[in-house]
Amino acid sequence: MTVQRNFMSVSFAALSQNEAFARVAVASFISHLDITMDELEEMKTVISEAVTNAIIHGYDENPEGVVHISVRIDEGTVEVVVEDNGKGIEDVEQAMQPLYTTKPELERSGMGFTIMENFMDSLEVATAIGKGTTVRLTKRLSFAKALQN
Amino acid sequence: MSLRIAMETRQDVLVIRLQGELDHHTAEELRSKVDDILRTPQIRHIVLSLADLAFMDSSGIGVILGRFKQIAARSGEMYVCSINPTIYRIFEMSGLFKVIKFRENEADALLVLGVA
Repeated sequence: MTVQRNFMSVSFAALSQNEAFARVAVASFISHLDITMDELEEMKTVISEAVTNAIIHGYDENPEGVVHISVRIDEGTVEVVVEDNGKGIEDVEQAMQPLYTTKPELERSGMGFTIMENFMDSLEVATAIGKGTTVRLTKRLSFAKALQN
Repeated sequence: MSLRIAMETRQDVLVIRLQGELDHHTAEELRSKVDDILRTPQIRHIVLSLADLAFMDSSGIGVILGRFKQIAARSGEMYVCSINPTIYRIFEMSGLFKVIKFRENEADALLVLGVA
């Protein structure tokens, strides 16, 4: 098997119509891997959650905000970093609690981080008030796990 | 791909068929279209038919729960059917199945509600 190392990054305006673009961009970048349909759907969901958080919470839907995504593939492990330069998260621990949301009036479910944690192997959040938030997610794909065994 | 919303009322049941992708961007349209119809007080139940829904994230959970609360206030019930495996897991994770009933397909749900 050839060693698979690859990288891409993309930046776009914090507009809700770009959520679909972000999902498709990442999915198409990793689609050449031996990835299952379920894994691809999980990845798309996770990207959507992180990008939606950046737009709604990071930038309060200000379209002048910019969302950055980078994806690194390293032999069956996919690392996704979603970054904004928005307002930051005051209490990360609280934000990660299932069903917790700061925007119930917008009918936000408060399930974004829970879904990210469930669909990925690891989730790290780095945030600074007034500077922004970086979400780092990794997943080892099942084909790589199978090769290892 | 965006979201296509088809709605049909059968007596006191509103059937909502979704096709495409339900995310933060498309949730608003769904919210306002369903809320328009829910102004009709006769509607008590909702059947969400998701056979052609290719994608949904937690924004979908929010909009579904919001509509559930409205019909629950009318002592109505919500049924969801034909969900793909990833969306099924999102429903499970969010605890939605505690309040929203799952049926394999739309015909089953309509039968239970007596409007088949």
